[in-house]
Amino acid sequence: MKKYSVFAVAREAMRHHTGWTRAWRDAQPKKRYDVIIVGAGGHGLATAYYLGKNFGITNVAVLEKGWLGGGNTGRNTTIIRSNYLQDPSAAIYEKARSLYETMSQDLNYNVMFSPRGVIMLAQTEHEVRGYKRTAHANALQGVSTEFIGPDRVKQLVPIINLDGPRYPVLGGLWQARGGTARHDAVAWGYARACSDMGMDIIQKCEVTGVRQTGGKVTGVSTTRGDIDCDKLGFVVAGHSGQLANMAGFRLPIESVALQALVSEPIKPCMDVVVMANTVHGYMSQSDKGEMVIGGGTDGHNNYTQRGSFHHIEETVRALVETFPMISRLKMLRQWGGIVDVTGDRSPILSKTPVEGVFINGGWGTGGFKAIPGSGWGFAELMAKGHSPLTDAFGLERFAEGRFIDESVAAGVAH
Amino acid sequence: MLILTCPCCHVTAEETEFHGGGEAHLKRVGPDGAEGDFESYLFMRQNPKGVHLERWRHVYGCGKWFHMARDTATLEVFGSYAAQTLAPPDHIVDAIRKRHPDWQWPAAS
Ligand SMILES: Cc1cc2nc3c(=O)[nH]c(=O)nc-3n(C[C@H](O)[C@H](O)[C@H](O)COP(=O)(O)OP(=O)(O)OC[C@H]3O[C@@H](n4cnc5c(N)ncnc54)[C@H](O)[C@@H]3O)c2cc1C
Ligand SMILES: [Zn+2]
Repeated sequence: MKKYSVFAVAREAMRHHTGWTRAWRDAQPKKRYDVIIVGAGGHGLATAYYLGKNFGITNVAVLEKGWLGGGNTGRNTTIIRSNYLQDPSAAIYEKARSLYETMSQDLNYNVMFSPRGVIMLAQTEHEVRGYKRTAHANALQGVSTEFIGPDRVKQLVPIINLDGPRYPVLGGLWQARGGTARHDAVAWGYARACSDMGMDIIQKCEVTGVRQTGGKVTGVSTTRGDIDCDKLGFVVAGHSGQLANMAGFRLPIESVALQALVSEPIKPCMDVVVMANTVHGYMSQSDKGEMVIGGGTDGHNNYTQRGSFHHIEETVRALVETFPMISRLKMLRQWGGIVDVTGDRSPILSKTPVEGVFINGGWGTGGFKAIPGSGWGFAELMAKGHSPLTDAFGLERFAEGRFIDESVAAGVAH
Repeated sequence: MLILTCPCCHVTAEETEFHGGGEAHLKRVGPDGAEGDFESYLFMRQNPKGVHLERWRHVYGCGKWFHMARDTATLEVFGSYAAQTLAPPDHIVDAIRKRHPDWQWPAAS
């Protein structure tokens, strides 16, 4: 792998950029791998990366039915924060956030992590109490957040309207080291590093069946033939239920559409991320100047990767109330992704009823921020059978009633 | 936007008049049910990519619950039927099998 650096840029500039090579190999499937990861989204690729980096397991294939990063990883609004309520969540999300800080250096790939700060607005008395509680919990967890008043909110976000008729801004939960990153770059950076370790990233290779003998996995069937493996990881977000079905078990997950949209680019006007959970909308400004907007999920199971227009209308209506100046912006693009939602709004990183099969899913509307932490923990789980980062997120928590309730922290999709 | 018909008051209206209630025909498990059955009833879902039998409520209409068959991969609605049934009625099954000839319910597993 050629290292990217300022010298490389200068050298290539001198020779009209003819020397850049592919960032990762276009691999063909082998007969057998130690580990197969299904799904080349951020979580699957990060898992492969840490299997190699932390555990020296490099006979790994990542199988992707479409193109690398073409699932939710390439469709999300890239908000990164770790201000969750419960301890297991704080641990894995904060691990992820801190890994984002150095990801560009670690991967030698610019993921444009921008810790510009995230505010979650409190617009009802109930939310004020909720976020104060979260700020206290975060203090105990060592996650740096604070509850701020309306004046401070206005200072941070001059374009905000504090006294909306329905939902005045009463304060906010502020995480100064939260922010955004370039979603594609996260997938591409991991893919390049994995390929460099000798792993095979195989695109246009859909897993269609899970082969097993005596309750233990032996391999997968794919659109490009059968491939054997010792261990198998499902990291397919909205398609978790389908893969579980192939392996013969069910999951406490439902798949729904979540949408986002961007406006035409305008001059810089908001340099933090703002989330308004009560009214169901959030917004940030991309480096290109587009206002990036997201809202809530649709209210029914869906695999179509597009959502309903009335949800966009709802989101935009709420945001116009909070940011009156966006009322005259034209919206450029809108898209949807299929997210995997669990009952307690927390992910599942777990062994499964089939020996050798592991699942990393249920990240729902908010898993981009977790990619490096999830990959770190899930790699350890797959390599060693358990991990302090993932132990609380096992499937058995539903039978045991030991939920990791984040329905407040994840009140709106993000 | 889905266009749905309420089998209770026979109104056909846009999705915003209704509210989705998740998988239909879940077998309710009581206090003396086995733990696994209880978990299954509360949390485990079919979540199919394809035909989904589901509950809806006509919230901004007659207020009643009903059942519906819909394809989650195409959003096609096959029809709605009364909530007081243990299995989808024949006309619904026929409508589904026009598109999915091999469709079985409950799913063979
Ligand atoms: C509109 C939107 C906005 C969002 N905003 C945010 C946000 O601001 N912050 C945040 O933290 N999170 C956000 N999320 C959530 C986040 O995008 C996801 O949680 C995260 O990207 C999931 O990553 P993943 O790698 O698990 O899944 P994906 O990126 O979806 O990757 C799974 C891959 O598996 C592949 N696959 C599926 N089935 C098969 C098969 N049978 N064989 C082979 N491959 C298969 C798919 O093609 C896909 O590429 C948002 C999501 C959406 C849709
Ligand atoms: Zn009705």
